[in-house]
Amino acid sequence: MFENKKIIVFGERDGVPGPVIVELLQSIGADIVYSVTECFV
Amino acid sequence: MNEPVIKGCAYLLAHAPDFVRYGSKPEREIEKNSALLDDINRHLRSFEEAVTYPPNQVFIGNLNPDELNDIPDPWYKNPVKQLLREGKYGEIMPEVEFYGVLKIADEFDLVWLDEGFIPRIREKLAQHPLFNEKDLQKLDKGHSPEAIKRKIDNEVSAPLYYGSTVIGCFNRHHDEDVTLFATVLMENLIGKASGALVVRHLLHKTKLAPEKVGYLLSCSEEAVGDRYNRGGGNLAKAIGEMCGCSNATGSDVKAFCSAPIYALVHAASLVKSGVFDNVVVVGGGCLPKLGMKYQGHLSHEMPIIEDVLGGIAFLVGKDDGINPVIRLDSVGFHSIGTSSSQQAIMESLVLKPLQKIGLKLSDVDKYATEMHNPEVTLPQGSGNVPLNNYRMIAALAVLQKEIAKKDIDAFVRQYGMPGFAPTQGHIPAAVPYLGHAIDAMKTGKMKNAMFLAKGSLFLGRMSHLSDGMSFLLEKNHAAKN
Repeated sequence: MFENKKIIVFGERDGVPGPVIVELLQSIGADIVYSVTECFV
Repeated sequence: MNEPVIKGCAYLLAHAPDFVRYGSKPEREIEKNSALLDDINRHLRSFEEAVTYPPNQVFIGNLNPDELNDIPDPWYKNPVKQLLREGKYGEIMPEVEFYGVLKIADEFDLVWLDEGFIPRIREKLAQHPLFNEKDLQKLDKGHSPEAIKRKIDNEVSAPLYYGSTVIGCFNRHHDEDVTLFATVLMENLIGKASGALVVRHLLHKTKLAPEKVGYLLSCSEEAVGDRYNRGGGNLAKAIGEMCGCSNATGSDVKAFCSAPIYALVHAASLVKSGVFDNVVVVGGGCLPKLGMKYQGHLSHEMPIIEDVLGGIAFLVGKDDGINPVIRLDSVGFHSIGTSSSQQAIMESLVLKPLQKIGLKLSDVDKYATEMHNPEVTLPQGSGNVPLNNYRMIAALAVLQKEIAKKDIDAFVRQYGMPGFAPTQGHIPAAVPYLGHAIDAMKTGKMKNAMFLAKGSLFLGRMSHLSDGMSFLLEKNHAAKN
């Protein structure tokens, strides 16, 4: 489903941070074009 | 053994509703829509409302955190009955007095106050036990309203308000250096003033002569500096100077919101190594975070409760056989090579350090995580930070087969507590519970507590890394209780 798809990743510090989502999506062939983690407190 | 102990703590809330407009989020939004300012001002709280707000009473030590479980929410609609601005650990200072502290902290004529407003400040601060005549002389005579207006109109000074009245202005100190512009210096001076005030409380409560302090560590959130060295720092020494710590030196610890835990570990290490006997850790208030979640508060027709500047201070010293020990062999940290997943972070901060010293998760009496008041964050959709952290710790206990999955909520109730700290970044970083924990350990009600905080270093765009540190505080084994 994500193979060769260009993905923008928004992570959240107290939820799922960006690097974790990137690692997961890259493992199933996604092309991560941008990743960032934000903190809302 | 020269085990480092926490000999005392102090907490401050400076009620600063008229600085909410200078909080980062409100300031940016008011710039886009000036009509918003009226809406914000209509939702600001009175001093009485801020003082009787139950989480604020917990912060200064008049209520225990667990007592919040018995107060129906919303807490802002269920104030405490007594108007207690002073608590076991510090005070909630009204804005008039805080304007005075700001002026007393000002070494560069940055703050101009209206000559008609100064007597009002002087009258109030003269009754304050932590300010003397020498302090009051620094208030000076003030300036005429015309002179202040000229500064604002012609020299881009930032107006200072008390309600709807301009009572002064904050001046820049360079016409080209953005790091010395008015609102940047305002942020820095607020950090210094609130930091110094809370250190004065600390020294007063611990009865330590200022000259006996050897080192100060500031974990505040500002970036003091100039165009050639933004964030150059050492607010710690500026704070120490204002508190008469003439024999001390100091430095700042920067680690986003987890800086207080880093600073306490540094302080404990300096004491244990014998380099310094008395180390003060201080965090001053954070102007940019005032009104950070105001949009959620307005949309829920509730008051803007991010109207207080926080202050925290701790005295770390040599083992006195009384006060609780920071166990340096228990320090947990998120290493550079560790994943940023919540599970990996919590394992690094909680599980691994406990295993290192032979303890199980259920051997700890209480966990203090980031103690953000959920009443601030939930209306804006930012979640209940402490509750989420406690659920993660409980989940670790399930994975360790210490508890069953069905017992997660009971674990959270027993080992956690409701959030009660203002959302001032570093201020909620577990340490607001230190005062309560020290008291409970000294009276034999508790044997230990773990303090952990996370830092969002990715916000500075230098790395995608997460961050965090923890330590176990333990009852002093020589203590009689």
